[in-house]
Amino acid sequence: MGQTLFDKIWDAHVVSSSEGFPDILYIDTHFIHEVTSPQAFDGLRQRGLPVFRPKQTVATADHNVPTINQHLPIKEELSRYQVDMLTKNCKEFGVELYGLGHPYQGIVHVIGPELGITRPGGTYVCGDSHTSTHGAFGAIAFGIGTSQVEQVLATQCLLQSRPKRMKIEVNGKLQKGVGAKDIILYIISQISAAGGTGYAVEYAGDTIRSLSMEGRMTICNMSIEMGARCGLIAPDETTIEYVKGREFAPKGEDWDKAVAYWKTLYSDADASFDEVLSFKAEDIEPMITYGTNPGMGIGVTQHVPETASFEAKEQGSYKKALDYMGLHDDETLLGKPIDYVFIGSCTNSRIEDLRQVAEFVKGKHKADNVTVWVVPGSKQVQQQAIAEGLDKIFNEAGFPLREPGCSACLGMNEDKIPAGKYCVSTSNRNFEGRQGPNSRTFLASPLTAAASAITGVVTDIRTFLKEEELV
Amino acid sequence: MATKIFKHIQTSVVPLPIENIDTDQIIPARFLKATTRDGFGNNLFRDWRFDGDDNPKQDFVLNNPNYSGKILVAGKNFGCGSSREHAAWAIADYGFDAVVSSFFADIFKGNALNNGLLPVQVSEDFLKKIFDAVYADEHAIVEIDLVDQFIKIVATGEQESFEVNPYKKACMTNGYDDIDYILSKKDEIAEFEGTR
Ligand code: SF4
Repeated sequence: MGQTLFDKIWDAHVVSSSEGFPDILYIDTHFIHEVTSPQAFDGLRQRGLPVFRPKQTVATADHNVPTINQHLPIKEELSRYQVDMLTKNCKEFGVELYGLGHPYQGIVHVIGPELGITRPGGTYVCGDSHTSTHGAFGAIAFGIGTSQVEQVLATQCLLQSRPKRMKIEVNGKLQKGVGAKDIILYIISQISAAGGTGYAVEYAGDTIRSLSMEGRMTICNMSIEMGARCGLIAPDETTIEYVKGREFAPKGEDWDKAVAYWKTLYSDADASFDEVLSFKAEDIEPMITYGTNPGMGIGVTQHVPETASFEAKEQGSYKKALDYMGLHDDETLLGKPIDYVFIGSCTNSRIEDLRQVAEFVKGKHKADNVTVWVVPGSKQVQQQAIAEGLDKIFNEAGFPLREPGCSACLGMNEDKIPAGKYCVSTSNRNFEGRQGPNSRTFLASPLTAAASAITGVVTDIRTFLKEEELV
Repeated sequence: MATKIFKHIQTSVVPLPIENIDTDQIIPARFLKATTRDGFGNNLFRDWRFDGDDNPKQDFVLNNPNYSGKILVAGKNFGCGSSREHAAWAIADYGFDAVVSSFFADIFKGNALNNGLLPVQVSEDFLKKIFDAVYADEHAIVEIDLVDQFIKIVATGEQESFEVNPYKKACMTNGYDDIDYILSKKDEIAEFEGTR
């Protein structure tokens, strides 16, 4: 019987496996950031332990950092304290820190791949649920809690039970204006915010294959939004091309050896999955969410579902979500006025996302009623955008390019959406209060977000594309 | 390092019949700036519990003096979203020892188990029975026994067994933690590293 991609990688990292115990899984690289690590370092101190493999630990400051004037001290006291604490802990324990001001600083799930730290066949963890992003390279990558951060710091290993395996195939040709973000929002809307719980999900099919690495990262990023433990995509030429030449990618002979191994990383034809789902690319419209979890998504031309269409016991939660969003049964979102557009987060803040948005907004201008924030995923993305002159295009369009960080994805810094306001956001979560207390989030792709910023209302990107023949 | 021991509890419960409660609701991001594990209970369910001026919202269950107890009972897919362990800390810090739901998100479940907070997954049916019991009598007592793995509505005697990973059960009933266990395998880790 053949093996799945997931099992090949898992088996190659099992240090020890005993009946009745979770496996001890070896972690190749542990990413840490300021929010979920301080208590873990404290735990090490209390136990009198060092960081076991500091060279396999990479730190950055992203969740709390301001996205303007990063050269100045952080104004907000608690944020500054937390970021300073990370600096202090990294120094004390000998961990490399790409902190504020460092050319490699950025959102942890953007910098790992762009520095060539994330590679096929590896195991990656971080005290952050969107660690699933790194699975786009054909790796096992998942989010962990702070007790587990401490575990990995102390031992470079993690106790984990092997999840079940699911394959999600997407085949066919995408419509114009529909991209990776729409694919994943569509899948989650079909299987619900809990539909992947307990599974490692492998994405396959020719539509997935045709995506760039950035697109694949967008897909794997949101695996957690259907509850999946992780998401992964078998490596191919696209993957290898992306990794090649990056700062920490293997070089010379090591590279050749690595590539030879990576080419063995795929699910065998006779591998068996616990669950297989298939979707048709043609069925996918530009997507938008209307509710307060990422499973509550619809095609942009569709109507908000009726409360009566849900089972009785679900209706209370559903009504609560619609009330929070200020929406009602059967409402259409198309044409709904919005207040903010946020282009950023580990889902959609890579250079490709910014290029796509810049190409679209060139020569256009945002609507007066909308405030737009473009927040690059990393310092490198920001520099690249400037080098390509994207910042100028953005400025002319009223889309100021800020400095890198998580920003309005979770509103831990000053970038909060005010109460009651609507934000079309390229991030990954529309939970109540996620972007600021009582903020209202419509999740969408970068193109849908950009088009909505231009018109000031929720917009079907395809209406523009018909006129422009873009993408 | 020793952690809290959990074997058996018998207490009234706090009902929260909402589905898909994500960890952003349990503890909003703006309260994640602490660098210790303490005090998160004050901000548990912050934006459901308090209005913008920090006044308690009277219609939220934690502000209703009729409901109290060491067990939180919630709708399905509890703890989805962010991996923040602060959610488990907040629930435990507030004074809960167990959370009952018909479905838990993976990461939350793991985080809870690592903090002596027991996630008890019951059937949809049994969940409804607990809600019915507590809405009929707000002092309804529920018993959870980790050793024998059952949960029981004391007044009616209705009970159901629940699953828990045997290793995690041993940790919780003895107060062991994962790091002690992995550290006991350090030689194997070094050996593994040598083979790569
Ligand atoms: S951008 Fe958002 S989802 Fe991504 S790591 Fe930061 S806070 Fe988490």
